[in-house]
Formats: sequence, C-alpha cells, structure tokens
Amino acid sequence: MDIHEYQAKALLSDFGMPIARGGIAYSPEQAAYRAKELGGEKWVVKAQVHSGARGKAGGIKVCSSEDEVMEAANSLLGRRLVTNQTGPQGKLIGRLYIEEATDIEREIYLAFVLDRTSETIVCVASAAGGMDIEEIAASEPDSIVRVQIEPAVGMQDFQAREIAFALGMEASQLSEAVTALKACYRAFRDLDATMVEVNPLVVTREGRIIALDAKMGFDDNALFRRPQISELRDKSQEDPREMNAADRGLSYVGLDGNIGCIINGAGLAMATMDMIKHVGGEPANFLDIGGGASPERVAKAFNLVLSDQGVSAILVNIFAGINRCDWVAEGVIQAMQKFDVPVPVVVRLSGTNVELGRQILADSDVDLITADTLAEAAEKAVAAAESHEATLAG
Amino acid sequence: MSIFLDETTRVIVQGFTGRIGTFHAQEMIDYGTNVVGGVTPGKGGERHLDRPVFNTVKDAVRDTGAEASIVFVPPPFAADAIMEAADAGIRFCVCVTDGIPAQDMMRVKRYMRRYKREERMTLTGPNCAGTISPGKAMMGIMPGHIYMPGNVGLIGRSGTLGYEAASQMKAVGIGISTGVGIGGDPINGSAFRDHLERFEQDPDTRLVVMIGEIGGPQEAEAAAYAREHMEKPVLAYIAGLTAPKGRTMGHAGAIVTSAGESAAEKVEILREAGVGIIMRPSEFGSAVAEALEKL
Repeated sequence: MDIHEYQAKALLSDFGMPIARGGIAYSPEQAAYRAKELGGEKWVVKAQVHSGARGKAGGIKVCSSEDEVMEAANSLLGRRLVTNQTGPQGKLIGRLYIEEATDIEREIYLAFVLDRTSETIVCVASAAGGMDIEEIAASEPDSIVRVQIEPAVGMQDFQAREIAFALGMEASQLSEAVTALKACYRAFRDLDATMVEVNPLVVTREGRIIALDAKMGFDDNALFRRPQISELRDKSQEDPREMNAADRGLSYVGLDGNIGCIINGAGLAMATMDMIKHVGGEPANFLDIGGGASPERVAKAFNLVLSDQGVSAILVNIFAGINRCDWVAEGVIQAMQKFDVPVPVVVRLSGTNVELGRQILADSDVDLITADTLAEAAEKAVAAAESHEATLAG
Repeated sequence: MSIFLDETTRVIVQGFTGRIGTFHAQEMIDYGTNVVGGVTPGKGGERHLDRPVFNTVKDAVRDTGAEASIVFVPPPFAADAIMEAADAGIRFCVCVTDGIPAQDMMRVKRYMRRYKREERMTLTGPNCAGTISPGKAMMGIMPGHIYMPGNVGLIGRSGTLGYEAASQMKAVGIGISTGVGIGGDPINGSAFRDHLERFEQDPDTRLVVMIGEIGGPQEAEAAAYAREHMEKPVLAYIAGLTAPKGRTMGHAGAIVTSAGESAAEKVEILREAGVGIIMRPSEFGSAVAEALEKL
C-alpha cells in the first residue's frame, strides 16, 4: 500500500525526521489560508498523488504570494497528473500540500528497502541526490552507499555515522544526520514498510537537514497489525478495477491488450499470459482467482474482466486439483449464463476429472470454445478476438 | 530415492485441528504420508484424525519422533510456528500459509541462523503448495494423482503452474522424483539453489526442472550454482514475460523492482549459465522428454 508525501512526512517526523512546516489543502481557499498561517514569503504547492517525478510533470509550483498559491491550487486541484510513473490516464489531484520554501544547499538521495538478496533491510544513499536511483546508478554508481542492517539488533549509530560521513556531512551536522537516518529505519521496521525513500534529503543554507520529499510503501500482508496505516489509504489513487478486485479477494492487474484472462494461481496466470504473447496476442489483464476456483469466484472474475471495454475475447484457464474439473465446469457455465457474455470465451480445464469437465462444457447450451492444451487455448483465444473485432468493424 | 520425504518420514501438522489443517492432513494420510500427529496449543492430549494432538512441537517430537512438519497456521502466527518447529529439532518444514508479513520472514531467517548449518531445519515456503515424492508421500495441498513417480526433480514457486508442468510430463510418461514448492513470497525459507544441491546428490534424480518467475535474485543465484556445481542437466521456465515493471503479479514476490529481475533478463542469465530454457509453458512435457533422451 502506498501513501501520500505529506502522510509519509508526518510518520517520519514522529520518529524524529526533521521536515519543513506545511499543511494540507483540499481547495484553493484552504491553500491560500495555509500559506498565510505558515507565514514567510515563499511557499511550495505540491500535488499529492501516489507517484514520483511530480515536479517534472508540473505538479509542484513555487509561489511568492498568497494569490499565486491560490492560483496554483486552482490549476492543480481536480486535474489528473500524468507522470512517467502513472501511465497515460494519470492520477487525480484531490489534495495539495502547502509547504514553506526551503533554501537548498545540496540534495542527497536516501532510501531504505527490503533487500531480497541479503534478506535484511538495507540503507541505500548517495550524495548525488535529486535524481532517481536508476539515474544515479547509471551516471554516478560510485556515489552509492549501501549498508545492511542486522535484523536482530537494528541500525547502530556507527552505521548511521558511516553513512553520514560518506554523504559528506560535516561534524556539526552529524547528530542531526544520525537522527534522520535512524528515524527512517525505525519507521520502516515499526510500521512494516517495504520502502522508505527521502529524495531529496536536503542540507539547507543554514546547515540543517530536512526531508524535502518522502515516499513510503507498506507490506499489505502486515496491515492486519497496522490499522493506523490502513487509515491513510486514498482510494482515489488506485485503479478502480484493481481495487474492486482486491475487495473481492481477487488479484487483478489491468494491461493494454484485448484478451481477458481468468486463471487460478499467480504462476499459471503469468504463464498463460506468456503463451498468449507467444502466439501473437496481448493479454488485457492479469487475474488470479485463487487456487480453489469456486463458482462464486469465477462469476466475480467474469464480471470484472467484462468491465474492461478493451476485451475482445476471454480465456479461462483453470487447473483443478482438489476441486475437480466437473465442478469448475459447472461454475463456468453458471457464470456465463448469468452475464450474457458479449465476447467469445475459450475455456481450458485440466487436472482432476478433466474428461468429465470437458464433457459438461461440450454438452452445455452455452456458447463457448473449448481447448485441451495451453497452446491450443491461447491460439483459439487470439483467433477469436481477431474475428470478434472484425465482426464489430463490420 | 527422493529428497526430504518418503513413506517412512514421520510428519506432524501444525494447525492440525483447524478446518484447513484437518482437510489437508486427511488428504496427506490418504496419499500415504506417515502423519504421526499434530500440534494445536491448548488441545494437547486430544485425538484428531485418529492421531495424537500435542500442545507444543517439542512434545510432539519427543513422543512421536517427528522429523518433518507442515504449517497451516494463519499468517499472524505462522512465523512463530516456524521458529517453534526449528527449535524443536524438526529437520524439514513446509509452510503453506499465504500472507506472512515480509519482516516476520526476515526475522525467521535470522533466527534460524542460531543453529549450526548441519543441524538447521530446511524450510520451504511460505506461500507454497508443498513437497511431494510421488508414490511415496506428500506434504502439501497438491492433487497427488497428477504426479507420476520417476527421475525428474521439480522445483517451483507456483502451485498451479507446477501442477501444469507435472501433468504435462505425466502425459508423455515422465515421472518425478520429488517436487518441491518454494513459494511466491519475497523472503522464503529456501531457494532454487538449495534444492538444486539436493537433487544433484540424489541418485534417483537424473534431471532438474525449475519453474521461476519475475522478481528477486534467486533464479540468477541458481544459474550460477548450476554452472559451477552441477553435473545433471537443469531446465528452466520463467513466468512473467508480459508483466509490467513495478506491479505485483499475484505472488507478493512477483514484482520487478530492479535490473535483472524481469523474465527476459532471467532467461538470459540462465541461458548463459548453460541451463536449458523451456521457452513456452506448453512445452514442459516435450522439452523434458527431449532432454532425457540425450542422457
């Protein structure tokens, strides 16, 4: 689960990370009032969307008067911000963060991630901040500092000092830097984060250290014990279909192709999509309905896949293990009768009682195409999608 | 022979008396697994499925001589159950539970390092379908009848894709020595590499098939191991050719976050290490048959 910049800053601040003063605004009037409250002569109006690279996309505006803040807020709120991370549909700007401007001396990259090679939390930092980590890795790989944190004892002061010195901090900044680093680590550990990124962490003209931007991601599997994090969820930032699927216990990722996929198991789902690609088609989605493939889940899956206007054919690929193919076949037929499916459907069943399952599909009145092998199923789905699109085109 | 598990292995079930534990324990017993009892804290002394229930894993090990354990404990308590098994002297543990917090697994892995390597429990999973030595015993949730006994070692992350591979092989008369599910989580108990090592030493395994997917470093580590340490041929399929970067594809661990983690890159790394590539998921049967003929 992702959260907004202002939420991440508030969480990190609770652990001791210094941040600039700021406040949230849902309307231009609130934005102007926030600026007045904060005082000073310069403010930054920042679009709160779940994406990086907001500055380059025009989502961050520096303003020198309350009128300018109002104007900036007016132009941002209600718009969809398209960044290089959001896809072409962008993300809705529903709230703004108004922050006092900071005089920047230099910018640092700082992140904590769960490293799958060492199976520990790792701190990644670079004195070459202001770019994303891929850019730094490409242009200044030697500037990157990586420090593993031993899970049993957590981050030690000497590790934070080593990182601080490697980042070029001066003696007078050391204690503040150590506090900032340990704040990120403790927030990561105590809140079950999967990622904490402060990019940039800045050294101000006055020599202070401040998190100028902050991004946090959380482990969905740990939300049962982090209700304070669940509360920060902003549904307006999520793809409605993916959200709808997640609420129904299905795992869905929308893609750009035209073949809707209904499959049980994540690995088989990815493999089926690969197969579609191999025979010249493009999948419209990833969809794992879970190992069991109960009739209820099959029905929900049809409902979900049909909500994608780009789908020209549906491929159902179910491996029935403990749950037999005959039972799954009945479920598929029920779902198709219920939804009056307007596109061709290819069904491939395998596993327990496969002959009986295929017989039930063959004997039903429902208009579907059956396939015995994975390759045959993908080929038939691609062909069916093409002929369906040709028919529609007239 | 087989690795980890045969019909003599004494197995206990953690989360024995729960609905899911009960169902799959019965399936395992029906398949021929030597289930000697189970653990449900607070129900020690009762009997379930005609077998004793214990309060702790240590009690179960003491009274039954259990060597292996399968964990069906819900996500908030599963890491604890795994550590309890490790501390009680269990040698092989399958954790089926899906949804364990990643940092819990990080701490489990750290905890297990307190035991000497030769005494340390082998953990497979979490979020896996289990391990099966066809015709002998099964610890997991898989449909046993789709696996034919034979000489191919199978290691995979995904349950249903593993079933697909096993049934394609069975259809062309190829059997499996042991099928090991390592699970789809970002931090798992054991990796492809660990099991390649076991299969290399198993006299009844002639060839190993690994089924990987996008995300994480374990396929690349396996490639390096296969190149440097294996005599037996290894074939690999990597799922997720169409997966976009930064999106989680069902399994918590199936996400491309850095270089080398996409399906195309993993295929290249494996190919360079001399691992045979199964290009299409429809070719498990034919590719393995072809490789076996060359032996």
